[in-house]
Amino acid sequence: MRVGFFVTCLVDLMRPAIGFAAIKLLEAGGAEVFVPPTQTCCGQPGYNAGDRDGAIALARKLVGEFESCDYLVAPSGSCTGMIKTHYADLFRDDPPLLGRAEALAGRTWEIADFLVNVLRLKVVPGTFAGTVTYHDSCAGLREMGVKEQPRALLARMPGVRLTEMAECETCCGFGGTFSIKYGEISTRLADNKCEHIAASGADAVVLGDLGCMLNIEGRLRRRGDRRTRVLHIAELLAGDSA
Amino acid sequence: MQIASMHFKERAHDNMGNAQLQANLQKIKGKFVAKRRESLVELDDFEATREAARAIRQRALDNLDVWLTMFERNAVARGATVLWAETPADVNRHVLDIARRHGVGKIIKSKSMVSEESALDRAIEAAGVEVVETDLGEYILQINDYEPPSHIIGPALHKSKEEVSELFARVHGTAKKMEINELCLEARQMLRKHYLAAEMGISGGNFFVAETGSVVLVTNEGNATLTTTLPDVHVAISGIEKIVPTLEDIATLMRVLPRSATGQSISNYVDLLTGVRGEGEFHGARHMYFILVDAGRSAVLGSEVSEALRCIRCGACMNHCPVYQNIGGHSYGWVYPGPIGSILTPSYIGLEKALDLPQASTLCNQCGVVCPVKIPLPDLLRKLREQQFARRLRPWSERAGLHLWAWLALRPRLFGASTRIGVRMLGWLGGRDRIIHRLPLGGGWTDGRDMPAPAGRTFRDLYAARRAGGAKR
Repeated sequence: MRVGFFVTCLVDLMRPAIGFAAIKLLEAGGAEVFVPPTQTCCGQPGYNAGDRDGAIALARKLVGEFESCDYLVAPSGSCTGMIKTHYADLFRDDPPLLGRAEALAGRTWEIADFLVNVLRLKVVPGTFAGTVTYHDSCAGLREMGVKEQPRALLARMPGVRLTEMAECETCCGFGGTFSIKYGEISTRLADNKCEHIAASGADAVVLGDLGCMLNIEGRLRRRGDRRTRVLHIAELLAGDSA
Repeated sequence: MQIASMHFKERAHDNMGNAQLQANLQKIKGKFVAKRRESLVELDDFEATREAARAIRQRALDNLDVWLTMFERNAVARGATVLWAETPADVNRHVLDIARRHGVGKIIKSKSMVSEESALDRAIEAAGVEVVETDLGEYILQINDYEPPSHIIGPALHKSKEEVSELFARVHGTAKKMEINELCLEARQMLRKHYLAAEMGISGGNFFVAETGSVVLVTNEGNATLTTTLPDVHVAISGIEKIVPTLEDIATLMRVLPRSATGQSISNYVDLLTGVRGEGEFHGARHMYFILVDAGRSAVLGSEVSEALRCIRCGACMNHCPVYQNIGGHSYGWVYPGPIGSILTPSYIGLEKALDLPQASTLCNQCGVVCPVKIPLPDLLRKLREQQFARRLRPWSERAGLHLWAWLALRPRLFGASTRIGVRMLGWLGGRDRIIHRLPLGGGWTDGRDMPAPAGRTFRDLYAARRAGGAKR
């Protein structure tokens, strides 16, 4: 099984360790991992900001890079959601590409979903002792249907106690360029999220998207919380979070 | 209504700093969400009902002209008069013509958001006719010098009991009441004399039914029933998109509307008004007028955001919107707030007058998943963003930034080289704690948050190094 690993631009730039953790998990599940070297961005920033032409060009590039793989897997609900639910809109006037994009969309998976439902990973390599709470990212939850999968994986880690925070499905306020254009509103939403995380008493908040991660960690630290860890689900599962 | 959508950022800022408003918003937020969720359990299959509601509304829009013509024919056959308003100004003109024709000196009015679009009340008053709002929320706003509504189903939801209590005591000159039912009773007593004296009643219209020529009113206070049946003249005003083909369609829509709105299985009152008072009948208006309002709707119908016209005005999108929940309805600056307002407002008043609205959403799609007629709200917001971008309505710096990003990301070698430098600089800015407190040109982020600094090397480089190392071994 040849899995094309889409690193995503934010992991590439901000937290490369998450990429390596994800590869470790995919290999632990028996996948042959291929990382297309020319990959960059799925086109979502442009798509969500109205730059349709830029998004189309990047989407076309990505389809070409990954369509030879059996699967496309990424450590992000947001980027996989872009490919799976929005590429069809970008290629609506280009039937040949639309067909190729739809074929790829059918093989596109968010990492936790893929580990549970395709690789059926039974043994999780990582260990962690403590309480965690899971933040459902908007695209992961509402575009990719990621809800039980990460929780099922956490349940396979003996040292992990999951405690759900209030409003775990509510947006953290990131929203891509929204976080900068409407920084004050974005910060308020992040602050609400931080309140819920604090109230849960968890040692770490675990999530599956880099955007939420930077936003939540950034607000936690500004609030003076240096204790609560912010971990990507892949880091925690791979044991690379120490 | 006065357009203030261009002041979105300032208003959102002020509203987030208003402790009283924040307390009020917090209080209503949980109620709406929980009540809706509880009421949906009563339906055997909410998703199937929701899909049926979507199909009904879409069918109405797909042949809007046919249904409107049928409505007009059937309404006229029952003795009503159908008037068409192409612009908001036409609405006011029609209403004043009708008032003059029947020698009306006092009008009572139940809730109509469409009439807010043309500031109808002020136009009526300017013509020397008295108008009294009878919906409790609208009444509160009217006696507070026409304060703008903040929500489509609860126009005064932003006010606390205490604020209303003070307002009533001041305006009515009565002793201050502290209990909600005392306040309601006081409003009823104030309104009763107006109901009995008014010669004309104006209502909105939740739906128009094509096959019968009827208007459907969904309310909780009973004021719409009084408004539309006590005076001799009834004028129902609503948008042309509010039409549905059949009465059976109403039955389906009524299964999702109150549940999505207030979490009620059914609203306290549902009025179905058909035709004028007949021979031997002792209820109802003797003269019935329908004003069907375009005011931008037909243009939306042919546009990329036409699905927004399926809206049945339940308010679920705003009730569930994390942005609305924190900034309140007044921030949006026109009649319709929240996610649906962020599509309708730019569409009705002009994209250039509401530049922030399509942008002021995280596209989290909480609105889309609760919408009872399945309007893909984030997709429609994105369409408006595309139009803004194409029409160069966004700031130069934003457009340049997006072009630069796409240009770089299409050139992997250059992307690799420039991100290598960028990431190193960010890593350096992060210092020993690996936290960036202040980002040059990134104040939007760092005013309220730190930025966790990157590791200093990109995945791309680390992976290439690892592969090279592996090959050497």
